[in-house]
Amino acid sequence: MSTGVAITGMGIISAIGNNVAENYSSLLEGRTGISHISKIDTVHKGSIMVGEIEFTNAELEAKLGLSTNNNYSRTALLGAIAAKEAIADAKITNIKAYRTGLISSTSVGGMDMTEKFYYDYLESEDNRRYIEGHHAGDSTEKIAEQLGIDQSLVTTISTACSSAANAIMFGARLIKTGKLDRVIVGGADCLSKFTINGFKTLMILSDSYNTPFDENRKGLNLGEAAAYLVLESEFLVKKEKKKVLGYVVGYGNANDAYHQTASSENGDGATLAMEKALAVAGLEPKDIDYINAHGTATGNNDLSEGRALIRVFGEDVPEFSSTKAYTGHTLAAAGAIEAVYAILSLQNNIIYPNLNFKTPMKEFSLIPQTTLKEKALNTVLSNSLGFGGNCSTLIFSK
Amino acid sequence: MEKVYINSIGSISAQKTFDNNDFLEEITTYEDNIIPVIEPNYKDFIPPAAARRMAKGIKMGVVASKIALEEANLTDIDAIITGTGMGCVRDSEKFVTAILDNNEQFLTPTSFIQSTHNTVAGQIALGIGCKGYNFTYVHSSVSFESALIDALMQLELKEAENILVGGVDESGEHTNAIHKLIQHIKPEKINSNELLNSKTAGAVFGEGANFFVLSNKKQDSSYAQVLGVKTFNTLAISDLLANLEAYLKENNLSATDIDVLISGNNGDIDYDNYYTELTNGPFKNTQQVVYKHLSGEFNTASAFGFWLGAKILKTQQIPSAVAINTIKTKGFEIVLLYNQYRGKNHSFTLLRRC
Repeated sequence: MSTGVAITGMGIISAIGNNVAENYSSLLEGRTGISHISKIDTVHKGSIMVGEIEFTNAELEAKLGLSTNNNYSRTALLGAIAAKEAIADAKITNIKAYRTGLISSTSVGGMDMTEKFYYDYLESEDNRRYIEGHHAGDSTEKIAEQLGIDQSLVTTISTACSSAANAIMFGARLIKTGKLDRVIVGGADCLSKFTINGFKTLMILSDSYNTPFDENRKGLNLGEAAAYLVLESEFLVKKEKKKVLGYVVGYGNANDAYHQTASSENGDGATLAMEKALAVAGLEPKDIDYINAHGTATGNNDLSEGRALIRVFGEDVPEFSSTKAYTGHTLAAAGAIEAVYAILSLQNNIIYPNLNFKTPMKEFSLIPQTTLKEKALNTVLSNSLGFGGNCSTLIFSK
Repeated sequence: MEKVYINSIGSISAQKTFDNNDFLEEITTYEDNIIPVIEPNYKDFIPPAAARRMAKGIKMGVVASKIALEEANLTDIDAIITGTGMGCVRDSEKFVTAILDNNEQFLTPTSFIQSTHNTVAGQIALGIGCKGYNFTYVHSSVSFESALIDALMQLELKEAENILVGGVDESGEHTNAIHKLIQHIKPEKINSNELLNSKTAGAVFGEGANFFVLSNKKQDSSYAQVLGVKTFNTLAISDLLANLEAYLKENNLSATDIDVLISGNNGDIDYDNYYTELTNGPFKNTQQVVYKHLSGEFNTASAFGFWLGAKILKTQQIPSAVAINTIKTKGFEIVLLYNQYRGKNHSFTLLRRC
């Protein structure tokens, strides 16, 4: 197995908790964050459920100590909270001591404010400060500023639902090639009318609690979240005697090249992504101890991903589960959310239950892990599959 | 480490650049504060039925990439990496407008799907059946350079042999309207020839798609070698020269080794002083080239600068429309590109004749 890139810190905010500890206890207790929407005034209120973070924007602004005339989108607010936790967790006191970059990801960016003030901008000056906050890179710029990262490599990836996995992958490669000593990687996405209505038109939103890998699954619940990891070079870990939480040992990205939004029935892209990640890690399928599946609970994803799992692992698919029933599908952030959960799995030798599963799918005999399980874990594989055929796999080790 | 070459190019811009045999012989001048691309006949490249469904950004990206793939004589590619500041922003506008005007009713998915930032990279992959690595960077004026950094890492380490890299952005009506309100777009219409000396605030917004096949295998069609690229999220004007000198030094170069400096100044009096640090400083006696009066400003306009650098090195010519001095007329070996937008997201890119 390759030595991989060290993870020395992590931070998260999601519908099941405002930090790493709260998320972990919700995972252990089987506590879902899915509920009816309260913070966005949408006509679909009654017919959808979402994974919403409890804090209001004003509360998040207060936590960050922002002035009232700030122009943070909710994406930037969530991202800054999670990234700051990651930095504190990695016990970084002087961010400028080493070449430190930031690779973030988002799909909605500042769309929450754009849709709110779209016509208002034309009429009144009051909220025009948010115009500059619309583009996807803005939340990343703000997170960099909050962390004190300047004169450095800071960029944003947007590949739909695989975005954060790709940010982790790119960050790991920047460390491996010696371009940076340290990089903060992850993603953030807030809920917006834009995504709610977008997924609604695709008819893949469930009106109830999502049920990954269940025969009677009705679609996904959208969620909002942010999560970041701190990756550090081997040199830095040794020099600073850093505590290592786990390693990114494998990564792979492939394109399904099948359809603009849907995944191929046989999961070509997901299969290729998993195979590439195993090859980078120098591992065989039998070496994987647990899979945190993408498992969005849409008809299309779970079938495609399930078939890909069988193609890669044969009859011996290791324990797998999707944590989307806890958090909802947090889009660009999902890969980072699930990376944090994978590290927590490795640290605690725990496999999380795939909540809400009742009936096996008729196309295959795959059954997710449905109860909390203790197992000695050395490797966890995590999938993130998105629009545009974008398929990514990360492998983490102790 | 392998050397990396620009093996082919494909450009759709506000100038007639989609024919690789031309090199800015005919210049279109504009008298405006927003300028559109000169579009090729898309039907020559995409079946009309498919083209009708595609957003402008997708069409531009697909066609620019086809031109580049054809010139490199490739039908498939190992990876597709794009940069875009705003994605298909017209579809984002369309979808938001529909949500607001119809109170979230009667919506159709097309504009939502096309608004996703990776839609161009996804459509290119779909069009050529490329199952390889597929990434999209969306970070303002370093979107394209981020894609370059990624591609260079893979090619230098021989993880791939041919990578399609491109920058694409389309202009959107609402986006332009609100950027006029905050003076990011100049309030006045201005002639392209006067733009870069306008002494007023704001830029002239444009759009475009510039795609390249980068490879670690040099071929007859190769334009230039890419020595490297470096980006900075922030850079105070007082730190600019020191950082540039350090970067040149990393490449065993100094300012006097640079034959051509391609600057991304856009005529915004508030931010063009970054460029004058270079043009009035260590590059005062260097051949200087500009391009945003021809392309307009957009998040991936620097990809047009990259196209220009590649063309200059291959043809060993500098069209008069882009030259702002005449220090040197032949023997161009090394080109330095510098770009930033509104004082943020700076990039240095180095190209060498091959």
